[in-house]
Amino acid sequence: MTQDFRLAKGGRVDRDKPLRFLFDGVAYDGLAGDTLASALLANGIHLVARSFKYHRPRGIFGLGLEEPNALVETGIGAAVEPNARATAVELADGLIANSQNNWPSLRFDIGAASDLLSPLFSAGFYYKTFMGPAGAWKFYEWLIRRAAGVGRAPDLPDPDRYEHSYAHTDVLVIGAGPAGLSAALSAGRAGARVLLVDDQVEPGGQLLNTSYTVNGRPAIDWVAEATAELDRLPDARRFARTVAFGAYDHGYVACVERAVPVTQGHVRWRERIWHVRATEIVLAAGAIERPIIFDGNDRPGTMLASAARGYANRYGVASGRRAVVFANNDDAYRSALDLAEAGVEVAAIVDLRPDPSGTLPALAREKGIRVLSGHAVVGTRGRARLKAVEAAPIDDASRRQVIECDLLAVSGGWNPALHLYAHAGGKAAYAKALAAFVPGTPADRMSIVGSAAGEFTLARCLADGSRAGAEAARRAGFTASQPSLVLDADEPEADARIGPTVAPSRGGKRFVDLHNDVTEADLRLAVREGYRSVEHAKRYTTWGMGPDQGKTGNILGLSVLSDALGQEVPQVGTTTFRPPYHPVSFGALAGRDTGDLVVPLRKTPMDSWHEKQGALFEPVGQWRRAKAYPKPGESMHHAAEREVKAARESVGLFDASTLGKIDIRGPGAAALIDRVYCNAFASLKPGNARYGLMLGEDGMLKDDGVTARLGPDHFHMTTTTGGAASVYVWIEDWLQTEWLDLEVYLTSVTEQWAVATLSGPKARQVLGPLTDVDLAAGAFPFMAFREGRVAGLPARIFRVSFSGDLSYEINVPARHGLALWEALMESGRPHGITPYGTEALHILRAEKGYIVVGHETDGTITPYDLGYGAMVAKKKDYLGRRSLTRSGMTGPDRKHLVGLLTKDPARVLPMGAQIVERPSEVRPLPMIGHVTSSYMSPTMKRGIAMALVKNGRERMGQTVYLPMLDGPTVAAEIVSHVFYDPENQRRDG
Amino acid sequence: MLLIPCPYCGERAELEFRYGGEAHFRRPDNHLEASDESWANYLFMRKNPKGWHRERWMHIAGCKRWFYVVRHTVTHRIAAAYKVGDPWPDLPA
Amino acid sequence: MKRYSFVQLLRNAIGFGEGWQEAWRSPEPKPSYDVVIVGGGGHGLATAYYLAKLHGIRNVAVLEKGWLGGGNTGRNTTVVRSNYLWDESAAIYEHSLKLWESLSQDLNYNVMFSQRNLVMLAHTEHELNEASRRVHANRLNGIDAEIWSREKTLAFIPILNGSMDIRYPVMGASAQPRAGIARHDAVAWGFARGADALGVDIIQNCEVIGVRRDGTRIVGLDTTRGAIDAKKVAFVAAGHSSVLAALAGFRLPIESHPLQAMVSEPIKPVLDTVVMSGTVHAYVSQSDKGELVMGAGIDAFNSYAQRGSLPILEEIASAMIELFPIVSRLKILRSWGGIVDICPDASPIIGKTPVDGLFINCGWGTGGFKATPGSGWVLADTIANDRPHKLAEPFALERFSSGRLIDEHGAAAVAH
Repeated sequence: MTQDFRLAKGGRVDRDKPLRFLFDGVAYDGLAGDTLASALLANGIHLVARSFKYHRPRGIFGLGLEEPNALVETGIGAAVEPNARATAVELADGLIANSQNNWPSLRFDIGAASDLLSPLFSAGFYYKTFMGPAGAWKFYEWLIRRAAGVGRAPDLPDPDRYEHSYAHTDVLVIGAGPAGLSAALSAGRAGARVLLVDDQVEPGGQLLNTSYTVNGRPAIDWVAEATAELDRLPDARRFARTVAFGAYDHGYVACVERAVPVTQGHVRWRERIWHVRATEIVLAAGAIERPIIFDGNDRPGTMLASAARGYANRYGVASGRRAVVFANNDDAYRSALDLAEAGVEVAAIVDLRPDPSGTLPALAREKGIRVLSGHAVVGTRGRARLKAVEAAPIDDASRRQVIECDLLAVSGGWNPALHLYAHAGGKAAYAKALAAFVPGTPADRMSIVGSAAGEFTLARCLADGSRAGAEAARRAGFTASQPSLVLDADEPEADARIGPTVAPSRGGKRFVDLHNDVTEADLRLAVREGYRSVEHAKRYTTWGMGPDQGKTGNILGLSVLSDALGQEVPQVGTTTFRPPYHPVSFGALAGRDTGDLVVPLRKTPMDSWHEKQGALFEPVGQWRRAKAYPKPGESMHHAAEREVKAARESVGLFDASTLGKIDIRGPGAAALIDRVYCNAFASLKPGNARYGLMLGEDGMLKDDGVTARLGPDHFHMTTTTGGAASVYVWIEDWLQTEWLDLEVYLTSVTEQWAVATLSGPKARQVLGPLTDVDLAAGAFPFMAFREGRVAGLPARIFRVSFSGDLSYEINVPARHGLALWEALMESGRPHGITPYGTEALHILRAEKGYIVVGHETDGTITPYDLGYGAMVAKKKDYLGRRSLTRSGMTGPDRKHLVGLLTKDPARVLPMGAQIVERPSEVRPLPMIGHVTSSYMSPTMKRGIAMALVKNGRERMGQTVYLPMLDGPTVAAEIVSHVFYDPENQRRDG
Repeated sequence: MLLIPCPYCGERAELEFRYGGEAHFRRPDNHLEASDESWANYLFMRKNPKGWHRERWMHIAGCKRWFYVVRHTVTHRIAAAYKVGDPWPDLPA
Repeated sequence: MKRYSFVQLLRNAIGFGEGWQEAWRSPEPKPSYDVVIVGGGGHGLATAYYLAKLHGIRNVAVLEKGWLGGGNTGRNTTVVRSNYLWDESAAIYEHSLKLWESLSQDLNYNVMFSQRNLVMLAHTEHELNEASRRVHANRLNGIDAEIWSREKTLAFIPILNGSMDIRYPVMGASAQPRAGIARHDAVAWGFARGADALGVDIIQNCEVIGVRRDGTRIVGLDTTRGAIDAKKVAFVAAGHSSVLAALAGFRLPIESHPLQAMVSEPIKPVLDTVVMSGTVHAYVSQSDKGELVMGAGIDAFNSYAQRGSLPILEEIASAMIELFPIVSRLKILRSWGGIVDICPDASPIIGKTPVDGLFINCGWGTGGFKATPGSGWVLADTIANDRPHKLAEPFALERFSSGRLIDEHGAAAVAH
């Protein structure tokens, strides 16, 4: 296809680099430097989309991120991106784009039938119907969901990669237009580190789209010089293609950078988030032109005047052959003049103001452009493309004239882009003269300049930017003197007056929010029905809630509300801008934190061994732990059964390295430990260890573990795997803020020690040959600690047991973990040593009736509930003690830890099964407890369970009932929860 | 993400810290004899002000010290940070 | 009140909508009321509605400092469910769920309660055990809870990542078929319209600035629109409970935190249920407009700023991709924060306060939306009869002294 609407000259496109692309399956040509939108327009394509609700034909409306209409799908297969703004998609060779939300085709869309029913689909219609009969909403909703959404999600995982980067800067400048560029330059000259971000491919902002001059030369030359100087500064950086999308606390600004499109292969990263921490922020984000509300204001061929001018100046594209400009302000005349200069016939300027008389209207008239002052566009003709507009005097709609045209360029004034200012806590003020919001209250670390501050002359943008940049640098501590920027912008004086943004009506469709198909009538209906708060009106009509987030429709809606409520705009209020300024992909926000990196993976020093053995792993917090080591053909359960048997009958080896470990030293160490455990520790002698119970201040069991006294002032504390971090932080808290009398030093050593646990009657035989420590029962009794060498490695050995059998926990420095493990396996080979995983561990400990925090406890369980009352110290004070005497902590409602045995020994109760006194079909049925742990015990050769049961210790021998989710209720007897070796002969021997 | 001025290390991003809630609420004296109500006050009741808040932070990924911060709960502005045992800085007006 | 119906809609379609009346009046405050509800969110408006409808108490005002439903009612992710662990919680949430099931008809306002099932994923054996415990308890409490296998879960949610070779594979799930989502704004508006029709004065832009007491009894309120006498007052102002309590001279066991939620750009339907994951921290549903509506964790620090921080946004994005790889190229459109009042046991406070005649309903944390009708119903009964309703009794403020907490932390490891 030929680019019929490409102008013969001009624009910043590279005419030597043609690019071919597909839109809806048709091949077109564009040029390097085009956006998808400019390339489509160069080919005369305006109709690119169907609207959300009514499926009305829609054209390209804007020039950049503000685009409400031209949402398209780009890419194919896994690389599909729905809802891409055609105005922000850089053209690349081979780009594939498709229209969305239509069937069977963009031109003939069945969904457009909804447009005919639009009187029925007024704002909030769904709140008033579809209510009966009861339950029918399910059906209506099914119908409504057929029409939901705009684009389609890809159906494959994303092939691309995303990055996160961090930047620290003294001055962050957002926007590389005249104000931002001069701010960056003057801050940089002052010696500050400067970061300039801009969403466009090249700097210049509006200077790219317009025909201004600076110092008598095209403004774009100044842009090139300023940029070159900035690039020479050692501490200045520029990010192009980068949208600052959120301003957060304390100078934290989030930006997203998109990659330079490539024709072939994959980009290294598709998008990259920049986390910027700035001492000072200069917001020079510019302004967004707003449209005007009039009948049929959504006809393809209608666009913002600034967009039409931008397509001509920047891309060398005529958006039509014959244009009408509809305006309420002087700036629109610049657009008209530029269009005329580019060779577009400007049939008329329709100006809502009765007396446009400044320099610019005069210039237009000089050029022979007809100015219809005091007129409004009152209708548009054509279907999928504009054919003509109807214009009439404001006060006399009957004197209509039809002006043939294929482009309607609309300008309703400019809205400063204050989104990031609002994110940073700024409250905007309404400037009536501009009919726009401008910065009001100060925002943290942020100054606003240029048209973002409501300054619309180039001279002011340059001067204010320069001053703001220098001031920001000074506030950040940089005071180097610098030559001031002397710039002379030559521009015809503009009349600052703005006309109304709402044209008189004849009763057609008048869109306020083009994307969400919200009309003026919708907003008026909302007000009539009492939804007067601006937030109510927004939510009731969905005005401003579409993908463009009201970038063009916001002020229009406020004008309508102002009129309908009879209040000034400031009284009407405004809705809050929230991040992101422009939608950001999930992929970018996630960065590399996906797949294997979604959460850090912690592995023990012996992990590679487990992996080689084909261990089944399970995630435990961030750790992965070997759950079992199945042999070929063996199930996890069979493996665990075999492992349990080995640990009971001969010897097993367990990787306990994930246990939390805290090294505690200092003259106050003993006192500290005595305060944090509820059982007595002061009497613990060096060389011995003790099982400790740690309570929260609320008296509930928080964590447990064995702590050994290595020396008079030196302890080794172990915690649960999951509790390691919180216990450490918690003890530090008490130590540092309350117990200033204690001199103690805590070091988290979880990852410094690898731990292998030998367990079983042959444990002594396995360890003996490897160590210089005397393992004789008398010399190294249960709950003792010894230091020595194991397999030549420096080791700490704890004789503790979580299985109920003879057991040694051997700690070596983490780097030796694998060597220790392999040595123990080797030494144990003659005894049939068997590695066991967490599943076997749980069975072993449940057989012995040992608790696991998080299984037998859930934050509501005290030591008394667990039957550990005898352990609790009576004389000393400890954390949580006072809570144990509260009124709710005693009495028959407390749950006690007990064992459960089913009549059928083969039965294994489901974990979590609830216990009742008597079976019944009545609901709700009072529950007296639940199963906390339940296993098929290879040792007892039957199912065993631990349970928390109300007043359970008083119910020994009673039968209770467990209703199953499916199947008959199961009866069980309450027994002691210690099933294995209650006399501790095997453990202590 | 807040920028928290650790009195030991300087300004660092919030993700290096752990929050500890309201500062300076005290256990009742003779707490073992305290009434259930005054114990509950200590355990659970909080000022939770809309405005300046004295709060506790720990620089877990840094010096591992607990310290205090005066922060506004609406603007998130931080007026002061101080060490345990330091005199309390006044709350800004 | 003119009833809403399809016929009305047709009639107005022809009449250019000129026949629609205002949904509620905007009266000036009267000098005195029998009951004043402070807080015009869903809970407050529901309380007023049920006071008027079920207890005949119609000399009632609802004072709202901003706009109706502007607090957490309009900022949440609209999940409605009742599958809570403890009996006390299950009872009140299930009572609420039953009210939800006929709420549109009751209010003559379509709150779009969509019972589309709610699937709580389990990624670890521990989560499977916890789910089992909860489902067993739910069943005995008469709540429709189910345990789902991995296969059933994956079949029901086709876009879920079904690989076993990922960090947290889906091992199974618990589900509640009667759970779902509702249209949050409509709940506030529907209750407001219903209460207004029964004579309740709904007064917006009216902030309470003082509490007037006679000895230990509350007698009225000072507001930005003048003094208002009241025989009874209820504070139902999530996100401001501690501030109001301070005005009345007592403290609450509450800390306020920002909870962030966000929506994606609208896409064609890909998810027809509500999915929650505790391990891969996220909860998500797809609205009838096509937006994916997501919630994540709270910021750790106390805050009354209705905005969240970037790391939370990044975490939810990462969690979403982990669960649903196809979302990676979709875009997050908007994020916002609500202020949640968190109790130490993650359960609410409903009932009397240390001040006579002053009632409170607060501390719903991240889960208040689903309780809206039930909470209003129970509080209305409590106010009308001057004693805690049976369902409210366990949630009294006194539990913090006795230690009889209702600890839902384990069961609600994920905010929603």
